[in-house]
Amino acid sequence: MATTTTTVPSTGPLAGSRSFLSRLRQGDEIARMITFLFAASVVLVTVLLVFELWQGSDLSRHKFGFNFFRTSVWDPIFGQFGALPFIYGTLITAAVSLLLAVPLGIGAAIFLAELAPARVSDTLEFFIDLLAAVPSVIYGVLGIFIVVPLMRQYIQPALKHSLGFLPLFQGPAYGVGFLTAGVVLAIMVIPYIISVSREVLLSVPRDQREAALSLGATRWESTWKVVVPFARAGIFGSIFLALARALGETMAVTMVIGNTPTISASLFSPGYSIAAVIANEFTEAVGDLHTQSLIELALVLFILTFILNGVARLLIVATSQRGSGMGNV
Amino acid sequence: MHASVRPALTVKIPPIATSPAARETSAALSMRMTISKVNFFYGSKQVLFDISMGIATNKVTSLIGPSGCGKSTLLRTLNRMYEIVRGARLEGEILLDGQNILTQDVTSYRRRVGMVFQRPNPFPKSIFDNVAYGLRINGSKAPISEAVEKSLRHAALWDEVKDHLHKSAYELSGGQQQRLCIARALAVEPEVLLLDEPCSALDPISTAKIEELLVQLKDLCTIVTVTHNMQQAARISDFTAFLLTGQLIEFSPTPQLFTTPGDPRTEAYITGRFG
Amino acid sequence: MSPGLRWRKFVSGFMLAMTGVCAFVAVSVLFLILGYLVYHGGTSINWNFFTKLPTPVGETGGGMANAIVGSGKLLLLATLIGVPIGFFGAIYLAEFSGATTAFVVRYAADLLNGVPSIVIGIFAFILVVHPFKHFSTLAGGFALGLMMIPITLRSTEEFLRGVPNALREAAMALGASKWKTIASVIVPAAYRGILTAILLAFARVAGETAPLLFTALGNRFWSPGWNQPTAALPEMIYRYAISPYDDWNRQAWAAGLVLLVLILVINIVARAILSRGIAVPRS
Repeated sequence: MATTTTTVPSTGPLAGSRSFLSRLRQGDEIARMITFLFAASVVLVTVLLVFELWQGSDLSRHKFGFNFFRTSVWDPIFGQFGALPFIYGTLITAAVSLLLAVPLGIGAAIFLAELAPARVSDTLEFFIDLLAAVPSVIYGVLGIFIVVPLMRQYIQPALKHSLGFLPLFQGPAYGVGFLTAGVVLAIMVIPYIISVSREVLLSVPRDQREAALSLGATRWESTWKVVVPFARAGIFGSIFLALARALGETMAVTMVIGNTPTISASLFSPGYSIAAVIANEFTEAVGDLHTQSLIELALVLFILTFILNGVARLLIVATSQRGSGMGNV
Repeated sequence: MHASVRPALTVKIPPIATSPAARETSAALSMRMTISKVNFFYGSKQVLFDISMGIATNKVTSLIGPSGCGKSTLLRTLNRMYEIVRGARLEGEILLDGQNILTQDVTSYRRRVGMVFQRPNPFPKSIFDNVAYGLRINGSKAPISEAVEKSLRHAALWDEVKDHLHKSAYELSGGQQQRLCIARALAVEPEVLLLDEPCSALDPISTAKIEELLVQLKDLCTIVTVTHNMQQAARISDFTAFLLTGQLIEFSPTPQLFTTPGDPRTEAYITGRFG
Repeated sequence: MSPGLRWRKFVSGFMLAMTGVCAFVAVSVLFLILGYLVYHGGTSINWNFFTKLPTPVGETGGGMANAIVGSGKLLLLATLIGVPIGFFGAIYLAEFSGATTAFVVRYAADLLNGVPSIVIGIFAFILVVHPFKHFSTLAGGFALGLMMIPITLRSTEEFLRGVPNALREAAMALGASKWKTIASVIVPAAYRGILTAILLAFARVAGETAPLLFTALGNRFWSPGWNQPTAALPEMIYRYAISPYDDWNRQAWAAGLVLLVLILVINIVARAILSRGIAVPRS
C-alpha cells in the first residue's frame, strides 16, 4: 500500500506527486507551523505591549524617577508631572467601591449559593452575567444622569448633615467626585464579586455544612462560620479581580469624578484617576514629556492590574483545590 | 406500593430471655430512641418502608445491608439531617427519650444527636477550634479548654495532639481527622452519636482504633452506626439491623443475627451470597 | 426554647433575608438601567437616528448614522484580527503544543485579558497611529481586535479540549491526518462553544470606548476607507452624554439603548447556543 518514492519526477503524469506518507506528514507539519505562528503572535504582542510601555515612558522615568509618585504638581506647561493626585484618586475610588460592593456582593453570592433553589439561583446568575456585560460607557450614562443628581440633591447633603463632623463628608456637594465615582464603580464590580464568589461557595463540599448543622448550628451560623471561611481564599480572589477592574476602569469614572487633579480628605471633592487623566489628556498632550508621563501612568496601571489579577487567579485556584483534597491523609 | 400489598416484615424485637446473655440484655434494656412505622420519601419516590425499631441506651446499634438499601437514609432521619434536602418527607414517629423529635426545634434537637460522616470533614480551623466550634455556637458556659480536652480524651486523640492544638486540623492523618470529628461531635455532649460508615475512608489500623473507641464510647452515649462491613458490625455492635431495599428485614442482638439469623434474606446477605 | 437560641434563630433568619435583599438589589440594577434607557431614549430612536449624520449644536434632527457604520467597520476589522489569532492559536494549544509552550501562551493571553482597555488604546496608538501620524479606523480595529484575542483563544481552547478523545482516535484510526481530524471532526464537534466564544468576545468589544479615544478618535462625518478617524457608537454616547445640550443627551440615551440591547441580545443568544446541550459532530 505505501509507496516509497523519494524522487519527484519533474515531467510526466506523476510530476509533483510525493509519497502518501510524506504528504500526510507535511500537511500536519504545515498545520502545526501555521497554528504555532498564531499562538506565538499572542505572546509576541503581549511582550511588545510591555516593551512599548516601558520604552514610551523612558523620558519621564528618567526625568522624575520615583518622585513621579510622590509629587502632586501636574503642570504640562512647565513640564512638571507628579502622579500623586491620580494615584490617590484611583485608590480612593477603588476603596470606596470595594467598601460598598464587597458586603453586597458576598451577601448576594451567599443567597445564590446557599439559599436560593437551583433554578432561582441560575436565573439570577444569568442576570448578573448580563450585568457584567454592560459596557462601561453605559454605566457612565447611569452615573451622570441618575447617580450624580441623587448624590447632589439627597445623599451628600444627608451625609453632611449627619456625619459632617468627619473630614470625609465635608465641603460643597457638587454631585461629582470621589464618592460618586466610588458608587458607580461599586455597581460595576458587584457582578464580578457575585459570580466568582457564588461559584467558589458552591464548590465547598456539602458535608462541611452538614457537619456544622449536625452540631446544632443555625443555617446562618453554618454558612457564615463554616462554609464562607472554607471558601475564603476564592472570595478574596473575587475581591482582587474586582479591584483590578475598578483600577483600570476609564469611561464611567471620567464621567463622574470631576476630572480635577486634587488630593482631598473629603469624599465629596472632585478628583481624578489614572485612567481618566490618560483618557482626557493623551490626544492633546503638550510635548513629548507630557505624552511619556501619561504612558508612564499607563505602565503603572498595567503593573498594578497585572499583580492583582495574578494573585486573584492563584487564590481562586487554591480554593477549588482545597475542596477536592478533603479528607485525605 | 401500598402498605397492604407489601410482604410482611420479619422484625425481631430482642426476645425474652432464653440465654444468660440475652437475659442480661433484655433486663438492662431501655430505648433511647424509638422508631415507629417510619416511611420516607424523596419527592414521590418512597425509600423507607414501615420501619419500626428501637435504639437501646448506651449500646452500639449497627445498620447493615447492601448499597442502596436505605441504611444511610434511615440514619439521617434520626438527626433530621434529611430536612436540608428539598422534597424529602418523613411519615411516622421517631422518639428521643419519649419525645417526638419532629415537634421540637431542629437546631436545639441536633445538638442532642451528633453525627460523624463518611469522609473526615474537619473545619478549616485549628484542632482546638474544631472541637470548640459546637460549644461556642451554643454559648456554652463551661470553660472551653477543659471541655475540649475532655472531648479529645474521649476520642482517644488527646495524647497525640495536646501539644499541637493550634495547628490546622488538615495536618492530621485521615484516621486522626476522623477521631477529631468524633471529638467535635462529642463536645456538645449528645445523647446519641450517629456514625455513617465512619471507617470506609480509612486504613485498617485507623479503622481498628476507631472501632475500639466506639465500644468504649457507649458508656458515654448511645451509638448508631451504618456500615457496609459486616465483620465490623459483628465486632463492635450490640444490636444489628439488616435492611434491604428500604425495608427492615431483621433486627436482633448481634450474636444472634450473625449466628442464627431468622430470615433467609439475612442469612443470604451475611454469608455473602449477595452484596 | 432558651432566649439564647431564640436570638440565634432570629439572627439566622434576619441575615439570610438580608442576603436576599443584596441579591435583589444587585439584579435590579440591570432593570433600572434598561428601564431608564427605554424610557428616556426610546422616544429618540427614529429614522433620523439611524440615517442622519450628526448636526451642529442647536440643530435637531441629527442622527448617528456615521457612528453606526463606524462601529460596524471597527468591529469587522476587530473580528478579522482577533478571531483567527484566537481560533488558530487555540487549535495549536489544544492539539499540537507541549506543556511549556501552552503555559506561556495561556499566561500571555490571560495577561492581555487583564490589561485595562485604555492601556490597549495607548499600545495601539504607539504601534499604528504614531508611525502613520494620523488616527484611523485601522488603529481602532487593531485595538479592539487585540481585546478579542484572549477571550476567543481561551474559550475555544477549552471547548476543543472538551471534545472526547474517542472522536479523535476514531478519525485517526480511519486514516485521517491530524489536521484533517481537527478540521472535519474536532472543530465541528466544538462549534457551539467556539461560536459562543466569538459572540461573547464581539459583545465585549462592541461597547468599548477607551481604546478608541486615541485610535479611531471620532468623527462627525462619514469616514471613508480605513485610514481616517471614525465615529463609533460608544464614543458618541460618551461625547453626547457629557455635553450640556439636551438634544445631544437624548441622543446619547437612544444610542445607549441601541448599544445595550445589541450587547445583551448577543450575550443571550450566545448562552442559548451553548445551553442547547452537548455539541454533537455534524456529519
